[in-house]
Amino acid sequence: MSRPLVGALALCLTLLATASPAAVEVRAFDDPALGERYVALAEELRCPQCPNQTIADSDAPIAGDMRERVAALLRDGRSDAEIRDFLVARFGEYVRYDPRPAPRTWPLWGVPAALVAIGALVLAMLVRRRARRVVPLSATERERLAELVSRDEPGATRDRLEVRR
Amino acid sequence: MNRRLVLLIPLGLFAALAVLFWSSLATAPDGRDSARLGEAFPAFELPALADPARSLDRSLLTGRVTLVNVWASWCAACRVEMPQLAALAARGVRLVGVNYKDGRAAANAFLGEFGDPFEATIHDPSGKLGFELGVYGAPETFLVDAQGVIRYHHVGALDTEEALQVILARVKQWRSQP
Repeated sequence: MSRPLVGALALCLTLLATASPAAVEVRAFDDPALGERYVALAEELRCPQCPNQTIADSDAPIAGDMRERVAALLRDGRSDAEIRDFLVARFGEYVRYDPRPAPRTWPLWGVPAALVAIGALVLAMLVRRRARRVVPLSATERERLAELVSRDEPGATRDRLEVRR
Repeated sequence: MNRRLVLLIPLGLFAALAVLFWSSLATAPDGRDSARLGEAFPAFELPALADPARSLDRSLLTGRVTLVNVWASWCAACRVEMPQLAALAARGVRLVGVNYKDGRAAANAFLGEFGDPFEATIHDPSGKLGFELGVYGAPETFLVDAQGVIRYHHVGALDTEEALQVILARVKQWRSQP
């Protein structure tokens, strides 16, 4: 690789590295563990206004309100599950990027399992069909075969046809 | 022949999925039903837009079927739906506004310019009532029955005749409930 190209690549990589999600405000928590939970929750909850962004990534006003509420609830000593439920109660299951198994979401888990089951079934059928195709020769047939192989005369063709029957 | 048909199954599945996803793209709804459907309107205590000294609470929304419209002067779609809200009010639908994340002066100027179809407007400058309702952008409209339970939810402007007819039908339906 030429020198300018390496330089350009290095520059791109540097820029990529600095373009990490930055919409989350820096929030001060007395306990650093709270700060970690805050970031984890903000990166797991979905902004209800945006088609596909977490509340950490989005700068929509509602995402800001939700981050603020998450921080307030964390300071209140609520658990992660309580905070998720609090937001789901208001904005719906939509805000969860990790949906719970429910009548509406069971296809997410059910379809892959069903596909694996169907695949196993098809495989079993193929294996069985292939096994059925190999029919072992009976004792008389084997004898006749040995006889035919050892012989090399015009009459053999007729006998062979008979064996194949 | 039978074997050939089996080979066509993946192609058929692909075609079916393509049709499903294509049609889903075209029919993707703009809004989702509120998580609050079937629940009581959240408790609140906020001033009236017209009179800061007057405090409003949930009792404002019981006794009659009411259409609650969340709006703001900064919201362009809210201007678009004002004539339709006026038409609903003219047809006897009781309307209550929630002025969402807005300044009092700007909100009052908006009502002066576009008319005020609301029996009362709740002033929610911080958006905390909106948050309790799960509002993620204005305008949103909630139908509240006489017991104060949220029964219908519309995201975005009520800007089509169809949307108006749906609202009118729901109002009629919930008025006839005991």
